[in-house]
Amino acid sequence: MALPADNDPKLADYAHPERLVTTEWLAANLGSDGLVVVESDEDVLLYDTGHIPGAVKVDWHTELNDPVTRDYVDGARFAEICGERGIARDTTVVFYGDRNNWWATYALWVFALFGHEDVRILDGGRAKWVAEGREMTTEQPKPATVDYPVVERDDTTLRAFKDDVLAHLEKVKGGTGALVDVRSPGEYSGELLHMPDYPQEGAVRGGHIPGAANVPWARAAAEDATFKPRADLEAIYLQEQGLSADDDVVAYCRIGERSSHTWFVLTHLLGFGTVRNYDGSWTEWGNTVRVPIAQGAERG
Amino acid sequence: MADLPPRLAELVEDFSAVGPKDRLQLLLELSQELPDLPERYADAADSMEQVHECQSPLFLAVEVEDGAAAPDRPVHLFFSAPPEAPTTRGFASIMHTGLDGESAADVLAVPDDFYVALGLGQAVSPLRLRGMAAMLARIKNQVRARTA
Repeated sequence: MALPADNDPKLADYAHPERLVTTEWLAANLGSDGLVVVESDEDVLLYDTGHIPGAVKVDWHTELNDPVTRDYVDGARFAEICGERGIARDTTVVFYGDRNNWWATYALWVFALFGHEDVRILDGGRAKWVAEGREMTTEQPKPATVDYPVVERDDTTLRAFKDDVLAHLEKVKGGTGALVDVRSPGEYSGELLHMPDYPQEGAVRGGHIPGAANVPWARAAAEDATFKPRADLEAIYLQEQGLSADDDVVAYCRIGERSSHTWFVLTHLLGFGTVRNYDGSWTEWGNTVRVPIAQGAERG
Repeated sequence: MADLPPRLAELVEDFSAVGPKDRLQLLLELSQELPDLPERYADAADSMEQVHECQSPLFLAVEVEDGAAAPDRPVHLFFSAPPEAPTTRGFASIMHTGLDGESAADVLAVPDDFYVALGLGQAVSPLRLRGMAAMLARIKNQVRARTA
């Protein structure tokens, strides 16, 4: 049974307000049947220093990725990950984490690949919860294991592969498709690969996929780590960048984590119909022979 | 690892003696033991070198004592990383516990891939370990520059 949505007026402005909850809502609903709170952080130890009471941890590096193949875990492993955390197929899962919910949206996106229906983000994430002085604990929850069905991952709707992006380039040229590069301007222009002495991003070529708009992912976040209000997001993605909700959009970054944040913003906050995350991202594209690359600040 | 200074070798031993879950716990404990910065590094961003390869902001400073012949001069290490970055603090604490006070020659002799022996790849992920490799490389660069 899904929990009721948060009726907070700020959230109501978004295209899919049921995908977000406020810290007030979460505090009031903690411990409810049918709710599991998941912390997903950049820092693998942060959860262990203290977390929201009852929250479980999912680490994307060591748990959501396959340890051998560059891919996500399969349906059988995903079922174990969920089951041992007390997550059933109809559980409401609220994700939160550090760094403006960067890794929380990434975990949510992976859950979405498996078609887990009720996935939500805690607006403001860990930072806001802590800033408000809300309860934290180091006590590890011990959820009873539940059955989670083995579901085949859907890699066609929310995920793009390199060949999909190559095919997408025609749409970008024709104006019906768009690419959003959510990395920093230095990575986008290609400068960052040329820093002396230190390997930067594990890619042999620098720059961006031709036609890509550059909107660093964190522009969607406000100072307090919440998502910016809808009007502010529209000012960035629609007015400034010229994207539109009926565009076919592919977002990418270096390995697909920062772009899952933008995927969440475009899909759930602005209501874009078709947004895919290219998780191969620059570490694949920038190492691939004979794919087109643009350098400099222009889209190219 | 024959080339490691004794306290670093001890840490490597501690880590490799336990399973992945306990390695994380060990790293967490180390992160809590990272000493505070002395007053002269209060403004970390201006006076210290940033390790960009770390996922979270980490600043380090290297001091080499005067006096003895350059290779024998003791090296001192200072790190600054926020409490919300316990993994990075843990890496820094490994460096501090294992290398602070060692001679320039011994610091430079630490194999660049020593951290592989900690066995953290599985618990932390190889990508995150890049930060530790970079930390050591930058420490060595500073030691070289200060003993040249």
